Amino acid sequence: MQTLTDTWLIFKGQLTKSLRNPAWVVIGLMQPILYFALFGPLLKNIVTMPGFARGTTWQQFFVPALLVQLGLFGAAFVGFGIVAEWREGVIERMRVTPASRLSLLLGRVLRDVVTLVVQSLVLLVVGLLFGLRAPVAGIALAFVFVVLLAVAMASFSYALGLVLKSEDSLAPFLNSIMMPVLLLSGILLPMTIAPAWLNNLSKINPFRYVVDGMREAFLGHYGTSSVWVGLAVAVAVAIVCAAWGTRVFRHENA
Amino acid sequence: MITAKGLKRTFRSRKKSVEAVRGVDLAVAPGEIVGFLGPNGAGKTTTLRMLTTLLRPTAGEATIAGHDLLSDPGGVRRRIGYVAQAGGTDSGAKVEEELVQQGRLYRLPAAEARRRAGVLREQLDLNGLEDRLVKTLSGGQRRRLDIAMGLVHEPPLVFLDEPTTGLDPQSRANMWTHIARVRSELNTTVFLTTHYLEEADALCDRILVIDAGEIVAEGTPDELKRRVSGDIITLEVGGDPEDARRVLANGAGQAIGLREVDVRDQTLRLTVTEGDRALPAIMRELDGAAVELASIRLHRPTLDDVFLTVTGRSLRDEQA
Repeated sequence: MQTLTDTWLIFKGQLTKSLRNPAWVVIGLMQPILYFALFGPLLKNIVTMPGFARGTTWQQFFVPALLVQLGLFGAAFVGFGIVAEWREGVIERMRVTPASRLSLLLGRVLRDVVTLVVQSLVLLVVGLLFGLRAPVAGIALAFVFVVLLAVAMASFSYALGLVLKSEDSLAPFLNSIMMPVLLLSGILLPMTIAPAWLNNLSKINPFRYVVDGMREAFLGHYGTSSVWVGLAVAVAVAIVCAAWGTRVFRHENA
Repeated sequence: MITAKGLKRTFRSRKKSVEAVRGVDLAVAPGEIVGFLGPNGAGKTTTLRMLTTLLRPTAGEATIAGHDLLSDPGGVRRRIGYVAQAGGTDSGAKVEEELVQQGRLYRLPAAEARRRAGVLREQLDLNGLEDRLVKTLSGGQRRRLDIAMGLVHEPPLVFLDEPTTGLDPQSRANMWTHIARVRSELNTTVFLTTHYLEEADALCDRILVIDAGEIVAEGTPDELKRRVSGDIITLEVGGDPEDARRVLANGAGQAIGLREVDVRDQTLRLTVTEGDRALPAIMRELDGAAVELASIRLHRPTLDDVFLTVTGRSLRDEQA
């Protein structure tokens, strides 16, 4: 109960700060919208190739992928904020209050989840305006994915930020992880058209399953295993990352 | 308010292990302002971080504000305030938001948190700043906000880590006034660290001198100075200084508490146990013996002299 109250307090404070400086929220949203508007149309004829699910429009192929991308990149860099807060002594100050340690993480993650859901809604509306057609249940399922991704990436980024305690090491670390994750996820083009070795390599990337699962959801194919595998992977990644984040926030020297 | 026994903390990095604090015993009574004085790296902050539940001691035990440090850190946290050296306010937040959120984190109901924020703004001269972003505050204002953050829940005990480091002399003196007032109005026990001698001297009822992870001396500022070096009285006489020396050394030596006399030209330098009490006696004796006295001056040793005597090093070297 107390954890919930504390989480709410931290969330409120963090959200107030974000709203005071919404530039980052807007910048974070610009990237997928630019991808959608300037790269998406290139896919129009490609989606008819073998390797794509039959009858897929480029919007149905690309919007779920961009939602994953937004989830990955939107939340992956929140760790920079925690380094700044740590440097100012905010984290330590809060650790001396009776506030639950878990809430210090959850309140921040909740802010990032809300931010990402709002950004995803905007992206979805843009998609719908540009001819996206998808079942309501599939879209709802996609937002479950977005929330799980946000929880996973934000927890991961906060934990990493608190462990490294420096923007200078956090930036190259995140970039070197995010780049292969992006390329091996099939966000831009499906891994099914990749040569066998690349396709196999991509199978070690959990986010590949998330992308596949979301695409199936957008097509309304709830019966296929992809959706549920993707969901299971997303839940697992979220749990692992949140557990690590909690551990780091509980750790005495954090 | 604080009792600690044998607090130790060892840091391990790679193959080396560093004993930052090697067995500190503490006893602080309610309502005291106690200063923890020592050069940088002496173990002040490490000790403070242990006492405030941020760092688990490698060995030792402590009871803080009635709660056991090791078995009930949550209880300790509820009863103490802590103001770190770095402060801990968020530069992107507004003053009032920070104060109210801090109060809420200490489990105050919303209305009470707002009321306390108002009281503290009044007490710490922060009125009119409630809607200012923390990053736009001056150094002194921001430091006063830090202190206010540590007091929102009216803790019976507050820890201040280097409360005036980085402030200009005027803001520093101003901060001393505020800290002294917190104690006199709320009877808050204050445990602060400093490497400023003037600060320990002006503010603290009692001082603990720490060096290389151990407490090497403790007492009131006066006691410490007296115990370690005594007071120095410098006399300038009109006639033969040897006459004066004879008078003081023979007849009145006992009453004066004379330890040492050093004569140079017309000047006598006396080391006495207690300068305040020695002065009238000296003047009486010299007058009685008809020795002409041109000037007389009492010099109290500074805490730097104390530190020098106890550790063999000057604090000022560390600061330079």
